[in-house]
Amino acid sequence: MAHLLIAIPAWNEEGSIAAVIEKVRLHRPDADIVVVNDGSTDSTASLAEKAGATVLSLPFNVGVGGAMRTAFLYAHRTGYSALVQVDADGQHDPADVDALIGGLADADIVVGTRFHPTSMYFVGGPRRWAMVLLSKALSRMNGSVISDPTSGFRSAGPKAIRLFAVNYPAEYLGDTVGSLSIAIRNDLVIHEAPVTMYYRAIGRPSKNALWSALYLGRASLALMATILQRKAPTKGDAS
Amino acid sequence: MSAQILSALAAVITIVLVFDMLRRGLLKEKYAVLWLFFAGAALFFAIFPSVLSKISSSLGVVNPANLLFFVTIVLLVVVSVQLSYELSRHEARIRRLAEEIALLEERLRRLLAQEPHDGD
Repeated sequence: MAHLLIAIPAWNEEGSIAAVIEKVRLHRPDADIVVVNDGSTDSTASLAEKAGATVLSLPFNVGVGGAMRTAFLYAHRTGYSALVQVDADGQHDPADVDALIGGLADADIVVGTRFHPTSMYFVGGPRRWAMVLLSKALSRMNGSVISDPTSGFRSAGPKAIRLFAVNYPAEYLGDTVGSLSIAIRNDLVIHEAPVTMYYRAIGRPSKNALWSALYLGRASLALMATILQRKAPTKGDAS
Repeated sequence: MSAQILSALAAVITIVLVFDMLRRGLLKEKYAVLWLFFAGAALFFAIFPSVLSKISSSLGVVNPANLLFFVTIVLLVVVSVQLSYELSRHEARIRRLAEEIALLEERLRRLLAQEPHDGD
């Protein structure tokens, strides 16, 4: 019986998907791999299937949040006890999956953080402020530090899988910040583990000031919305 | 007087339009009823402006048109919020359906692959 599921949400990632699946399999031959094809118009789905992954194809693009809820629904119904989310663009190092899984021994969710002493990751400007703000707010709610709440490299245990199969926000930042907030509100234990992230292209972090301001605004709104949400809002049954 | 004719005309056009859409199945009854009610009220006040004047003076509103504008704006805001709510609910439902389709399609593909191929 399978226990570990590696979920890879992918939207038009034909350039990297096969390599990512290959790398994940090398590191965790025991894990099942599911690619949630989020309405790709390229050959992401067929390449993923050829690489040996299970492919769930959404009929249209619903965003990372929707893709991840599909993965959680699949994990919940199939009966996996752990799920690790890995990005399809190759920025996550599958070697860190072990640490994320190991952390599940005493937590329901382990978030891979890019901020640690040996990390090469750096952000500046308003985007940095937004991340600090989100981190402060979520850490306070959580009771222990979540230094990188927008990280998409994370693992989930059985309790988190059950929750997220029903309730995983599709809004902007909902898949990262929103889902953590929902987890905290449902008394799940969230820890973090240091991870490495690679960047495929240079010049992605520094957008213009307006974009950053918008990011900050939407981030705050996203956080506010989930904080104000009722506890365990279960719309629609997942069983 | 011309304003009266104009508003009566607009109300009649709305009623005809809504009825036609209802007839052709382009509009659900619950929305048609709403707009027919609005248009009906507009038509009524266009034909009998004295009723509007009486209501506004009894409410202490000096200009009857102001009462009309106020009530209209409030109603339109309520309708817009209601429509946004329905839209959000539909988006959530469509998203859920998309997820179910993805899961079903994968299961179907797996089942078809397992099926013995001696028949075809």
